[in-house]
Amino acid sequence: MVAGTNSRERGRGDGVSDAVVVARGVGKVFGTDTDRVEALRGIDLQIARGEFISLIGPSGCGKSTLLRLIGDLLQPSAGELVVNGKPPRQARLDRDYGIVFQQPTLLDWRTVRANVELPLEIMGVAREERAARAEEMLALVQLAEFADHHPWQLSGGMQQRVAIARALGFRPALLLMDEPFGALDEMTRELMQQELLRIWTETETTVVFVTHSIPEAVFLSTRVVVMSPRPGRISAVIDVPLAHPRDVETRESDDYYRLITEVREALRRGETGEGRR
Amino acid sequence: MTPRDPTERDVELLESHETDIFAGFEGDIPGEPGRLETWIRAYGPAAAAFVVVLALWEILTRALDIETFLLPKPSEILDRFITNAPIIWGHGFRTLVEALGGFVIGGTLAVAMAFATVRWAAIREGLLPFAIAANTMPIIALAPIANNWFNVTSPLSKMAVVSVIVFFPVMINTTRGLFEVDPGELDLLRSMAATPREVLRHVRIPNALPYFFSALKVASTLSIIGAIVAEYFGGPQDVLGQYILNRANLFQFPDAWAAILVASILGIAFYVLIVLVERLAMPWHVSLRATEGG
Amino acid sequence: MTDASADVVATTSRWSPRVRRIMGFLGVLVVVVVIWELYKVVGKALGGVVPGTELRLRPPPDDRIMPHTWDVVLQLFRPVRRNGELTVLLLGKAALFTLREAFVGFVVGGLVGFGLGVAFVRSTLAERAFMPYVVASQTVPIIAIAPMVVVWGGKLDIPQWLSVAIIAAYLTFFPVTINTVRGLRSPAPTAMEMMRSYAASPSQVLWKLQVPAALPYIFTALKVSATASVIGAIVGELPAGFRDGLARALLEFSQQFNAEKLLAAILMSAIAGILFVGIVTWFEHRLVAAAHRQE
Repeated sequence: MVAGTNSRERGRGDGVSDAVVVARGVGKVFGTDTDRVEALRGIDLQIARGEFISLIGPSGCGKSTLLRLIGDLLQPSAGELVVNGKPPRQARLDRDYGIVFQQPTLLDWRTVRANVELPLEIMGVAREERAARAEEMLALVQLAEFADHHPWQLSGGMQQRVAIARALGFRPALLLMDEPFGALDEMTRELMQQELLRIWTETETTVVFVTHSIPEAVFLSTRVVVMSPRPGRISAVIDVPLAHPRDVETRESDDYYRLITEVREALRRGETGEGRR
Repeated sequence: MTPRDPTERDVELLESHETDIFAGFEGDIPGEPGRLETWIRAYGPAAAAFVVVLALWEILTRALDIETFLLPKPSEILDRFITNAPIIWGHGFRTLVEALGGFVIGGTLAVAMAFATVRWAAIREGLLPFAIAANTMPIIALAPIANNWFNVTSPLSKMAVVSVIVFFPVMINTTRGLFEVDPGELDLLRSMAATPREVLRHVRIPNALPYFFSALKVASTLSIIGAIVAEYFGGPQDVLGQYILNRANLFQFPDAWAAILVASILGIAFYVLIVLVERLAMPWHVSLRATEGG
Repeated sequence: MTDASADVVATTSRWSPRVRRIMGFLGVLVVVVVIWELYKVVGKALGGVVPGTELRLRPPPDDRIMPHTWDVVLQLFRPVRRNGELTVLLLGKAALFTLREAFVGFVVGGLVGFGLGVAFVRSTLAERAFMPYVVASQTVPIIAIAPMVVVWGGKLDIPQWLSVAIIAAYLTFFPVTINTVRGLRSPAPTAMEMMRSYAASPSQVLWKLQVPAALPYIFTALKVSATASVIGAIVGELPAGFRDGLARALLEFSQQFNAEKLLAAILMSAIAGILFVGIVTWFEHRLVAAAHRQE
């Protein structure tokens, strides 16, 4: 089944022109001169259009920091980042990416529909257009009938689906996700992973996904980027040639287990420092 | 953004009574780390600003030659504060007695009522909404009837008003402290087959102490203010409230301000006293804060 | 039921919280009335003194100083003096007068407080420069010196009602400033990051995220301030010269030793306070309720 019959051939574009994210020697240092913490060092990474990339590693490996650098929520201390062919700041101003956090971060005083409309409102999209897009996105995450509910009336998994709908509502080229399923129980989590893959297939978005769950990274990704701490760096990049669409059978396949083992060992090597480049 | 129980917000409302000049800033939540440090950071600039304002005030009133009956100079106020010291401190003492009396009566009744709520849940159900409603009415309007009931010349009439003012915040906060206990601790004691009395002694009362003292601090400044305002509604002349009112009516504002200074000093001293008692009563809490504050 | 909190849970399930609160309030009211009347009966039976001593009971249980509770309510619907207007009308006008002063100050103080809060959150420089003065301003216990402020204002040719409104504004602005700052800073860091990811302008962040998040905080402050400004207004009305307002009614009836009228005036003061907070709460429910009420 390896590298088999993809319904749509996705994954690694070769040229820089086709890359959504390019990082060259990116480093990040927090704190003052006296109290410095080096969060990231020498990050080189290319993410092609349509890829699903997971950043995995132990706490303190800088995976969330890298995500925030891509989103221009933080600025790098060294190196260069290109997002959608532009500096990250320009990409943010052009609304080239949507972001989903571990907490749904929905606004309690807005209905589900109004929450999905929020970024569109900020971008000055006309009312009818907003309503149409919100409807479309809520249908995509299968929450159309909850449009007029308030976030606190929804379960955690449903709230996170609203957050995904909100992030995709303005059709960004890139979807950044920071441990989005970290606060969900295991059953909901597997359902959400399945959902996310379906949405990824339907929207053809590029996804950068931060997680510390090995099975989650393997199940979702086209490539897994393994990171190690002190300072945060990339210790291995592992291709995941599992066929699409992926489902419960994928989770039970030998290839899946082999890849999980591979990632686990890469993580362990990174931890003991063997994988250092 | 987190939805909260409306009752809880009303309780908060009781606590953050604005006439307490200390609790208004950054709340007086029990267990908040590094209180002293926060104090210095919060009030250090304010104290500095206060000195600057005083200096500016003095300089401007002199430079612009503003008449005393419009805006007295700080130096004049200080002068009256010193020359009138025996009189205003004597007045201050009588006002303080009223405030302390009301504080003790109201506080004692409040604690008794809080314990009753633990024993009989119905009291808690009934009293809480009443306390919240009582807090929205101007309690000071009770001063004239207290004068008629407890004899206008007796300090008891002022104590009655102060005790009502003190009662509600202390009752509400102590009740909250007795009830908002860690469910884990309750389970633990239940697993040991503890009696309700033991639960009260080992879990509820220690838990309530910070809440209780938090309310006492609010009540300490409130009681001084309450006593002065109650005095405005009539009574003996040798108290701070009547003195301030009389001097103001005669346009002798430096005298009035000197008396206000006495009232402020008494209020702060009372507050500090409660803080010291709090430290003695629950040293574990302070040490906990010190390690947490880091 | 070994544990009291278990009893609470048991009793809570029967009625909605709102009904329970109203019933609790009425229940306590009934208890107060019963104690009041019982005290009168027992006190009279004892001849108005503590048994075995010459000490007079305080409050004295006779009808002149401690009237029947129903007489107080009936007094509201009797004329103030022979052929005069009904007590309830006179007191209602007085309450409106006091509430108007309090309201003017409350609105001005609330707007100033909100404006300062926004300025402080937007500019740390503004906060550092002015917050100490805002805090220092509260070292003056204004309620305690409200009458003096009014007399002083008279000397400066400020109309009395305006002085009282200024007192109310002073009492309002501080809690509103502090709670506006707290509320505007209450959104989670990720919510701020989210707005940044949308490249939202500062005013969009303010109006779409920070202000809605701050509303519950601001209303908490407004409810405290509403009571405070009514108290401030009553105390500010105490100096001689005020012809209208609740303080005048309270003082006059007290000096007449007419307990029925005095208690009626106290009742009206209480209603005025509850009414003011009630109006604020009504607005709070309109603006905040849908989002923050969770049942």
